[in-house]
Amino acid sequence: MHLDHQDGFPERHTYSAAAPVRGDGTRRALRIGLGGPVGTGKTATVAALCRVLREEFSIAVVTNDIYTREDAEFLRREAVLPTERIVAVETGACPHTAIRDDISANLEAVEDLEESVGPLDLVLVESGGDNLTATFSKGLVDAQIFVIDTAGGDDIPRKGGPGVTTADLLVVNKTDLAPYVGVDLDGMARDAKAQRGELPVAFTALKQPDGVKPVADWVRAQLTHWTTATA
Amino acid sequence: MSERSERAIQRCALSECEAERSVGAPPVEDWGSVGMSRAALLVLADGRFPAGGHAHSGGAEPAVAAGHIKDAATLETFCRGRLHTAGLVAAGLAAAAAAGLDPLLLDDAADARTPVPALRQVARRLGRQMMRAARATWPSAALDALAAARPRGAHQPVVLGLAARSAGLTPLDAAYAVAYENISGPATAVVRLLSLDPFDATAVLARLTDDLEQVAEQATEAAHRAVTEGLGALPAASAPLLDIAAEAHAAWPVRLFAS
Repeated sequence: MHLDHQDGFPERHTYSAAAPVRGDGTRRALRIGLGGPVGTGKTATVAALCRVLREEFSIAVVTNDIYTREDAEFLRREAVLPTERIVAVETGACPHTAIRDDISANLEAVEDLEESVGPLDLVLVESGGDNLTATFSKGLVDAQIFVIDTAGGDDIPRKGGPGVTTADLLVVNKTDLAPYVGVDLDGMARDAKAQRGELPVAFTALKQPDGVKPVADWVRAQLTHWTTATA
Repeated sequence: MSERSERAIQRCALSECEAERSVGAPPVEDWGSVGMSRAALLVLADGRFPAGGHAHSGGAEPAVAAGHIKDAATLETFCRGRLHTAGLVAAGLAAAAAAGLDPLLLDDAADARTPVPALRQVARRLGRQMMRAARATWPSAALDALAAARPRGAHQPVVLGLAARSAGLTPLDAAYAVAYENISGPATAVVRLLSLDPFDATAVLARLTDDLEQVAEQATEAAHRAVTEGLGALPAASAPLLDIAAEAHAAWPVRLFAS
């Protein structure tokens, strides 16, 4: 379950904020992107992760909404983090552009958060709901989670696409709904394995107590890996 | 005959042919500045240049909502108006920055020419994003100095002009890039906002190329005068409706574009 991409977090040499160390030589916050189709539970996953991890780590969230600031407002309303730790980036109707093709606004949001509420251990960058090809730029995040759900149909893992096949963690949410929508979870697991090889898959039911645990455990492992890696 | 000499003869014939044709061509006075990297202009003016422009409609979203833009013809009217006002001002600032005028003074001049807070904020946010992209693509001490002096962002046309200078482009090139972006942004946004036929939207841009040339030249000429006459020589045209609509749009709770 905790298998990772072989190369871990490769060093980056750009003018962006992608350098893994801060100006003072300390390692900057780990950035994890969350993408996936509309309504699969990305914001709910972010909220649950914040609730579970906020006592252990200093966390901030960047949302990329399509046409509102609704996701950021939901997180603020739910009070999963103090309001100044949640920032919304406007995407001009194209979240995949803002998280992959032109990451400048997101990088600035991350930098501003580090500056205003840092030092941070973890920044969660959430994409607005998008299609199966939407992935995060490596210049923006260190690892990414792709969230799908059982209600979207059990053929999504078989269909594949960059999100399903390359994400560092694939989350299949709403497993509690599987019997009601006629979905075969074992089949989804087999298809995901065929598409992803050794990359991990987490099955979650966020409505259940501690439903986010498999994802939270994966994030903890990433943070351990990140903080112990040599800069 | 060897394959090589055969090709050599073909080449000869070809260049003779070209020589004959060029005899009748009209004389050209300016072939472009030799040694300058004109190709860099294509990179800088590319709509996919990652400097944040995709999230902005250049005032098109409120104009669509108000019914001012509803088809290709009204998009053209909107773009022509924007180009000769906000576009001219921005192109003048960019040309002046590319000509080597003090970017901090130009940043003040941009503030003076941008009356509403919403648009000042947008210009600085986009300037900061342009700065990030420019320092990665054409790094220079001048860009570093401006980034250090304005960490929250200088006005975008000033940064773009300095980026053009770092790329070895001319003031006229910078003016072209800014003027083009000034209308290509709204045109792209309207394709999304109205589901306007993308061919029609691109045809609008093509019909505005004469205006683009005129604005770029006017802006460059003003920047040239600013070298001796001061920054007061830079264009200061205004578009009150764009200003008012931008300020109102910034308060919309639901919108597709940031401005």
